[in-house]
Amino acid sequence: MNAEPELESPHDDSRRTFLKQSSVLTAMALVPSPVVTAAAAELDEKVAAAFEKVPLSLKVNGTKHKLKVEPRTTLLDLLREQLHLTGTKKGCDYGQCGACTVHVDGQRVNSCLSFAVMHDGQEITTIEGLAKGDELHPMQEAFVKHDGFQCGYCTPGQIMSAVACVREGHAGSEGEIREYMSGNICRCGAYSNIVAAIQDVKQGGQKV
Amino acid sequence: MKAQQKQIGAPMNRVDGHLKVTGAAKYSAEYELPGLAYAVLVGSTITKGRLTSIDAKAAERAPGVLAVITHYNSPKVPGYDTAGKDPSQPATVGGPIKLFNDDKIRFNDQPIAVVVADTLERARYAARLVKAQYAKEAHQTNLEDNKPQAFLPTSAKKNPKSPMADYQRGQADAYKTGAIKIEGEYVIPTEVHHPMELQSITAHWEAPDRLTLYDKTQGTLATRRDFAKEWGLPEANVKVIATFVGGAFGNALHSWPHESAAIIAAKVVNRPVKLMLTREQMFTMVGYRPYTWQKLGMSATPDGKITAITHESIGQTSTYEEFTESTLAQTRMMYASPNLTTRYRLAALDIGSPIWMRGPGEATGAFALESAMDEMAHLLNLDPLEFRLRNYTDTDPEKNRPWSTKFLKECYKLGADRIGWNKRKLKPGSIRDGEWLVGYGMGVGTFGAHRGGAHASAQLRPDGTVLMQCATTDIGPGTGTAMTQIAADTLGIAPEKITFELGHSDYPQAGTQGGSSTVNSVGPAVQQACLALKDKLRELAGAQNPAFASAKKDDVALGDKHLSLSSNTAARVPYADLLKQAGAASVTVEAKPGNEGQQYSMYSFSVHFAEVRVHELTGEVRVSKLVSCADAGTIINEKTAANQMKGGAVGGIGMALMEHARIDDRFGRYVTKDLADYHVPVHADAPNIEVAFVNQPDLKVNALGTKGIGEIATIGVAPAIANAVFNATGKRVRELPITPDKLV
Ligand code: FES
Ligand code: FES
Repeated sequence: MNAEPELESPHDDSRRTFLKQSSVLTAMALVPSPVVTAAAAELDEKVAAAFEKVPLSLKVNGTKHKLKVEPRTTLLDLLREQLHLTGTKKGCDYGQCGACTVHVDGQRVNSCLSFAVMHDGQEITTIEGLAKGDELHPMQEAFVKHDGFQCGYCTPGQIMSAVACVREGHAGSEGEIREYMSGNICRCGAYSNIVAAIQDVKQGGQKV
Repeated sequence: MKAQQKQIGAPMNRVDGHLKVTGAAKYSAEYELPGLAYAVLVGSTITKGRLTSIDAKAAERAPGVLAVITHYNSPKVPGYDTAGKDPSQPATVGGPIKLFNDDKIRFNDQPIAVVVADTLERARYAARLVKAQYAKEAHQTNLEDNKPQAFLPTSAKKNPKSPMADYQRGQADAYKTGAIKIEGEYVIPTEVHHPMELQSITAHWEAPDRLTLYDKTQGTLATRRDFAKEWGLPEANVKVIATFVGGAFGNALHSWPHESAAIIAAKVVNRPVKLMLTREQMFTMVGYRPYTWQKLGMSATPDGKITAITHESIGQTSTYEEFTESTLAQTRMMYASPNLTTRYRLAALDIGSPIWMRGPGEATGAFALESAMDEMAHLLNLDPLEFRLRNYTDTDPEKNRPWSTKFLKECYKLGADRIGWNKRKLKPGSIRDGEWLVGYGMGVGTFGAHRGGAHASAQLRPDGTVLMQCATTDIGPGTGTAMTQIAADTLGIAPEKITFELGHSDYPQAGTQGGSSTVNSVGPAVQQACLALKDKLRELAGAQNPAFASAKKDDVALGDKHLSLSSNTAARVPYADLLKQAGAASVTVEAKPGNEGQQYSMYSFSVHFAEVRVHELTGEVRVSKLVSCADAGTIINEKTAANQMKGGAVGGIGMALMEHARIDDRFGRYVTKDLADYHVPVHADAPNIEVAFVNQPDLKVNALGTKGIGEIATIGVAPAIANAVFNATGKRVRELPITPDKLV
């Protein structure tokens, strides 16, 4: 993040003024007088912040969550910072590395590239939700067996992507796997072991 | 008691594999602390000059903001007055940035402010409201422009025996008068480590004089030392926790400004503070492999004996630290050239400091040396492998000492067989497969088998399990797994009974994980701790059963629930009785290297063979096969070791074909700012990589016979690919990366 001296930031006082007005007006219309008094007592930002949040229902790994989130919160940051599901990793925040891959209604998605509020009513599965209790998912087993990782940081994303890759029918050959897994970077370079793990699961024919 | 299977060498699954595949492994930004606040850095938009003002008012008023800290309002960091005078970092002259200490701008994106808020979104938003004014000065960010100002490193000026000093054997620059000679200039551009985990730290002042850091570091003790010093605290008051490190490849071998920022921020807001860099900031703030220019001249006799080599290099450093690396080391010892000259210089640029990146200088130097070997072999009409064999040396020609062990010839043989080297044709462009030209190339790598002192503790618990601890870290190679295997064999118990804890500065001391030295150093400490534990148990048991008192040291056998003797299994003392008084039996030992390092030249060796396909029309290069063979001493875990070799080879593919961090010199700013512009190898770029180990112990390095793998996995890969490209196309590319524009 750079401080740009030349540019007038579009996000300065005008936003604040807007918030002040809108939040206070809305507050006056909808809520009891203590809030209005609070706003008048220069607590307007806090009130504004409360009104900036949007209700959101999500099912994450089978658990229902009723949340209020800022529209600018990404699904990734919601998972990591608010739901404390840190198994989903941040490797770039720009959809370029795949570390943040989760399943949304069964599809693989870069969670850093979507806002949490876009997923109202949807079902999210993260790496924490893949195993059945103590029993690892076959893809997790295969990653351990084939040593499909080193530092482990890209691993949750690789595994979520690998499961989807098999489900999508894109694990037909080594070449196809490499192509359909290329959105998941492993800087440790465990690629051939990851491919071996995926092939093992695919050939084992277990249900993924 | 069941005879235990030998664990050393076995392809055991990683002990932390389960945690890594379930998402339960916690990295430095993943600790939940009460009252946690978030910090976001604001970077300078100029490259050199001074800050004249910072307007933080809007940011301070933004919702949720707890503080905006700049050099105008930062608390005084007590250690800044003495910082940078650290004798334990001999390669560094000058000192790291003292964050928020003055108005000076030394590089683009240097942190000028840190914004702290109660949520990440709020901190990130407010950071954009900080405005700065500067007085700009002219900057220098181009090494080629600055070659005339290159200088001898201070370490070499002070000590003519320093590896950075000019080196000479035989006649200086003798290649110039050789009958058959080559000469070429080589360039390695700036490359960035880019581990998948963004550099992160969570700083927590647990008391005004007690600091806990959850940090991405390769050395818990080095980080503790740096920040204890920065804050004038006793080291015992600083805790550094790095249980899991999401890759680093060298970039966590140094303490960086963002770490100082998080600690200052946590002090100001009096809450734990988490700071995670963005991918752009990974280019500017946490080091990189420096842009390096090299020139190499070589002469040889018609029958393929090298007569002279001169290898010169100019590497990039910053204006405030002198960063040096061993770019010319391999040239001095790899081939038996009677005349040899090396000259290493630095050029200081207005960019943040570099830091060792996997295979560090050796990988850079090997690109020039091994490319030149290929070029000379071609000129002599010799097979490049044969040319290397004719110049093979059985003693170290640099130090005139025997090698501790050297099985490089065995590596050549293993690798040549596997790649099918006999398919290679001397004449470039001879083999084609449709529109693709096929070529074969090789490159050799070497790295010192370094070993330092290390401590480890071992504790037997009444249930017969053993807890071991060491402050070392594991950035990915599988340190905990290898140590568990060593302990299992030494104690004669199943690995499942052993827990090896690492990554905590309170644990027994060990060096930083770098320079392929961890197993060499920590392995013997683990082995000796286990032996000491056995002896302690024998002593304890001796008080209860005389058979133990008279038994030989290593006769004790650890059973499931009791201690016995291998020579007398009837002699038994249950652990419950043995440990009744003390609760547990613990030992802590230190293992130190002897003076073998003065008598022998100790190196790991590798050779990489590449098969490439180059598209005739587009110049696209695909590595279709890679074979890496290593003489790395004893292999502790075949599975993780092979994985590490493959990873190094993938890094080498990046170096050879894609990695290039580019600066727009007009602004001194990187134009490659993310992983879409800075390409690293993805699945589709990585071929099947075959790995073979000679697996012969080097008992001069340590009693386990290990020599180290991490660096030699990368060193020599880039020239192997460049040489294969030459064999396919007849084009010699001396400036990496080999992008299609250089081939069409
Ligand atoms: S963090 Fe989402 S793709 Fe990299
Ligand atoms: S295991 Fe480290 S990035 Fe893939």
